[in-house]
Amino acid sequence: MATTNLAPTALSASASTGSKAPVPRKKMKSYYPSWFFIPAVALYVIFFAIPTFASFYFSLTRWDLFSSTYIGFGNFVEFFQDPQLLNGFIHTFEYGFATSAAKVIIGFLLAVILTSPVVARGYLRAVIFFPVLISTIGVGIMFKSLLDPFHGIVNAVLGVFGLPQPGWFTDPSLALASIAAVDVWKGVGIATLIFMAGIVAIPSEYFEAARMDGASSFKILRTITIPLTQPATATVIILSLIGGLRSFDLIWATTGGGPGFTSDVIASVIYKEYQAGFFGLSTAGNVILFIVVTAIMVPLSSFLNRRAVEL
Amino acid sequence: MKRERSIAWTKGVIAIVVSSVVFLVPFIFVILQAAKTPAEASNLTFSWPTHWQFFQNLTDVLNTNNGIIWRAFVNSAVLTVGSVIIMVIFAAMVGYVLSRKASKLNPVINFFVLAGLIVPPAVVPTIWLLQGVGLFKTMPGMILIEATFGLSFCILLFRAFVGTIPRELDEAAVLDGAGPVRLFFGVVLPLLRPVIVTVIVVQSVAVFNDFAGPLYFLPGDENATVQQTLYEFSGQNLSFDNLLFMDILLITIPPLVAYIFFNRQIVAGLTSGAVKG
Amino acid sequence: MFFRRTASRAVAVLGVAALAGIALSGCTASSGGGPAKNAPITFLAGGNDPASIKTANDLVTGFNKVYPKIKVKVDTRPAGTDGDNLIKTRLSTGTMDDVFFYNSGSLFQALHADTTLQPLGNQPWAKTLTKDFKATVSTSKGLYGAPFGSTFDGGVMYNKKVYAQLGLSVPDTWAQFISNSQKIKAAGITPILGSFGDTWTAQLFVLADFANVSAQDPTWAGNYTANKADAKYVNQPALAGFQDTAEVKKLGLLNKDYASLTNVNALKLLATGKAAQYPMITAVIGNVEQSNPDNVNDIGYFAMPTANGNSHATIWEAGGAYIPKTTTGGKLTSAEKFLTFLLSPAGCDIQNEASLPAGPYATSNCTVPANAPALVKDEQAYQDAGKTGLALEFISPVKGPNLSQITVQVESGISTAAQGAALYDQDVKKQAQQLNLPGWN
Repeated sequence: MATTNLAPTALSASASTGSKAPVPRKKMKSYYPSWFFIPAVALYVIFFAIPTFASFYFSLTRWDLFSSTYIGFGNFVEFFQDPQLLNGFIHTFEYGFATSAAKVIIGFLLAVILTSPVVARGYLRAVIFFPVLISTIGVGIMFKSLLDPFHGIVNAVLGVFGLPQPGWFTDPSLALASIAAVDVWKGVGIATLIFMAGIVAIPSEYFEAARMDGASSFKILRTITIPLTQPATATVIILSLIGGLRSFDLIWATTGGGPGFTSDVIASVIYKEYQAGFFGLSTAGNVILFIVVTAIMVPLSSFLNRRAVEL
Repeated sequence: MKRERSIAWTKGVIAIVVSSVVFLVPFIFVILQAAKTPAEASNLTFSWPTHWQFFQNLTDVLNTNNGIIWRAFVNSAVLTVGSVIIMVIFAAMVGYVLSRKASKLNPVINFFVLAGLIVPPAVVPTIWLLQGVGLFKTMPGMILIEATFGLSFCILLFRAFVGTIPRELDEAAVLDGAGPVRLFFGVVLPLLRPVIVTVIVVQSVAVFNDFAGPLYFLPGDENATVQQTLYEFSGQNLSFDNLLFMDILLITIPPLVAYIFFNRQIVAGLTSGAVKG
Repeated sequence: MFFRRTASRAVAVLGVAALAGIALSGCTASSGGGPAKNAPITFLAGGNDPASIKTANDLVTGFNKVYPKIKVKVDTRPAGTDGDNLIKTRLSTGTMDDVFFYNSGSLFQALHADTTLQPLGNQPWAKTLTKDFKATVSTSKGLYGAPFGSTFDGGVMYNKKVYAQLGLSVPDTWAQFISNSQKIKAAGITPILGSFGDTWTAQLFVLADFANVSAQDPTWAGNYTANKADAKYVNQPALAGFQDTAEVKKLGLLNKDYASLTNVNALKLLATGKAAQYPMITAVIGNVEQSNPDNVNDIGYFAMPTANGNSHATIWEAGGAYIPKTTTGGKLTSAEKFLTFLLSPAGCDIQNEASLPAGPYATSNCTVPANAPALVKDEQAYQDAGKTGLALEFISPVKGPNLSQITVQVESGISTAAQGAALYDQDVKKQAQQLNLPGWN
C-alpha cells in the first residue's frame, strides 16, 4: 500500500540488468548464498502470499472474521448486480487510464521544457516535485477547500473572468474527473523526473546531428525524443496505472466516493464494505481488483518492456 | 543572439509564474489557513489573516486531545524507521544475490517480485492473518506489513544497482579471506550507499504518508499515525479548519526536510543505470 | 450505522457518546469473598475520550459523597466496533466490570442479556422509566438497564424567530410544511437546509420519519426484521421518507450550497435566521451552544410532518447502565447503589452538567434544568401527548450501511425516490444476511 506512488524507474531496467549477468564463476557462487533470500521470502509469504491466497477462499464466503459460511459465487454476483458496486468497477478503469494518460503527456512535456535551456530549472523542478512529498490526505483536504464551489479560490478566480463556477467535487458528473485532476497534480512530478532521466540519457550527438540537418524542434521531438524515451514512457505508464487502479486515499479524502456513489472505485468500495462488516464481500472486491490489475498490468508491462528492449 | 536570450527569459518567467501558481499557491493557502482564527479559516477564502495567530494555533494543535499529535509523531517515526530498516537490509540481500548469482530460481523470484509490486494486498485476509498471529493493532505487526509491501520496489532498485558494482571487488575481498556474510555486510553494502539513500528517502516518505495501511491494520487512538491525526481535526463536529491546516503543515515538514537534504541523491539513485534504453 | 459512525460525532461533543463505551479488566482482583458490606466495585466508562472519562470520574466523586465507604475504580474502553467486541468478550468470559455503560436498543439485544446481565426490574427506579426506554433495555424476560444521559429526537429543527416574523405555525402535515417553506422562500430566507458536506445529515427525512411509520403500522419494524414482503422501503408508509427527500429539492426549497455545506455551518445559518428549517437530530444543539450561544433558544423542534397529519416524534433513546451476572453478593449491592445514585437528584445534576440535555430524560427522576435549550420543551410536548416512537435502529438490528449515500443521491436528484428506496432495500439485505437473521437467506 505504501510504495507504488514513488516506485519508479527500475521496472524497465530490471529486464535488462537481470539478463546480462556475466559468466558465473564456480568458486564465487558459494559466496552468494541462497539463504540471503530467506528473511524477505518469509515476510513475503506470511504477510502477502498467504492473505492473497486466503482471499480466494474467503471471497466465496459470508465472513465475520470468526466464522465463515461458504456461499459460492454469491459475493461476486452481488458485486455485479448491485449498481453502486458495478459503478465502482467502471470508475476504476476510467480513473486509472485518465490519470495515467495525463501523467504521461503532461510529465513528458514538462520534462522537455525542464531539459531545455530555461531559467531557474532547479526551482521549477523542485516546485513540480514538491506535491509528491505531501501526504495524499493532506492534498485532498487542501483541494477540498481550494475547489469549494462557493468559497474556494479557484471558483473565485473563474468568477472574476465571468466563467462558470462548477461544484468540482459536488457535481455528480464532475466529481471523479476533479479527483483525477488532483491526482495528476500530485503525481506528475514523479513522471516528469522519470522522463527527464530518459531524455538526459539520449546521447547529445543525436540532437546535434538533427539540428545540422536543419530539423525543426517539433521534428526532433517526434523522431528522436519520443522514440528514445520509450523505456521511460513504459515506466511511467506502468507505475501510474498500478497506482491509479488501486487509488483510495485521495478519493476518500475528497469525496468519500460521493456524491452518492458517483466517484466510488473498487478500492473505496472495498473499504466501505469492510467498514460495514461485510468481510466476504469486501474480500470479493479485493479479488476483483486483483484480477483487474493483473489482467491489465501483466500483458501491458511485458508488451511495453519488449518494445523498450527492441529500441 | 540577444533576441534568443530574451525569448528564453520570457519563457522562463512564464514557466516560473505558471508553476508557482499551480504548485505553490495551494501550499501558501495551507500556511495562511494555519494562521487564521477558526471562524475566518472556515470561510476557506484565500486571504491574508486579519488576525495572525500562527503560534497560538501551533500550540493548540500540539495540545489537542492530550497531545495526540506527539504520540502520532512518535508512532509514525517508529513505524517509518522500523519498516525502512527492514526493507533496506532484506531487499539488499535479495537484490544482491539475485544480481550476482545466475540461478534457475531467478525467473521465479523475479516474477514474485513483480507480483508484489502489482498485486493489491488483500485487506481483510491480512487482518485475519494478523489476528491469528497476535499482531493485529500492534506496532510490530504494522512495521512488518509496511516492510513487506515495500520489499518489491526496493529489490528492483537494489538489483539494478548491484549490477553496476564490479565483481572484481567481491573476488578481492574473498581472497582477503572474507566469508559470504562479511563480503556482503562489510564490502558490498557500504558500496550501495547511493541507492540506499534513495530507498530510505523514497520509502520513508511513502510509509510516513501512508494512510490506508494504518487505517486498516493499526486502528485505535493510541496507535494513531500522523496521517490519522488529520481526521482528528476534520472529523470533529465543530470545525477547526485552522488547526487542521496547521496539522497538514506540521506533517509535511519531515518529508520536506528529507527532500531538501537528499534531493540530488534521490534523482541520482532513481536514474542510476535505469531508464536507459 | 447512522448512529455509530455519523451522528456519534455530534453526540460525542455532547458527551452522550459516553454511553457507548466500555471497560477494561478490573474486577477480577481481590476483595475477599462473602457478601461484604461496602464491597468495592469497578465501573467501566462509556469510552476513553476526555468527556466520557470526566463524566465517569464526576459520577464516582458524587457517589462517594453519599457512600464514602464504597470504593469505585473507573476503567475505560475504546469506542466503536472495538468497544463492542470488548464488551462481548468480557461478558462471555465473565470478566466484565461491576457496572458498565453501553448502548441501548439493538446493540443491547446483541448482548444476550438473559444469560449475561443482572435483571433490574425490582429496582426502586424501574417504574420511573418511560415505556420507550424500557423497550430498549428489556428482553421478554425482564428489564436490564438504567438510563444514562438524555434522549434526543429526530425531526425538523426550525428558527422560531423566522416563524414568528412570517406568522407561520408549526406544521403537522407535509402540505403545511411545504406551504410554510414556500412562504419562507418568498421572504428571501433559505427554507430548508441540506448539508451533504456531512453526508450523514441527508438521512434525516427517512430516519426521522420512522415514528410516523410505526404510528401507521405498529407491526412494521417486526415485519421488516423478519423480511416480510410488505415491510419494505419501496412500499408505503416507509417510502414517504424517500419521497420527502426527493421533493424538497424538486421544489427548489434547499439552500444553493446544499451539496457542500457542513453540519456545523448549516447550524450557524439556522441559528442566525438565515435559514429557517433543518431536518436534524436535536443532539446537535450542543454545537449551537458553542458557536452561537445567544441563539440557542431561537431554535425549536417539530416532528417530521406526514401526509395525513398526526405527526409523531422519532426518539433516540438514552444509553444504558448495566450490571453483569458475574457481579454478586456485596458487589451487587454496591453496584445497585451506584445505579440508584445515577438516577437520584445528585446523579441527575451530574448528568446535566456533563452535557447539555438535547431532549427529555428517560426517567421521571431526572428533570432537564431550567436553562435547557428551548427545543427540549417542544420535544417534551410530544412525549406528554404520547406522540412518540423509537428510531428504527432501536427496534430492529437491520440497517444498511449506505443509507446516507443513497439519500444524497435521491436528494440531489441523481436517482428517484423509488429507485433510492429499492437500492436501500437491497443494501439492507446484505446486512441482514451478514447477521444471519432468520428469513433472509
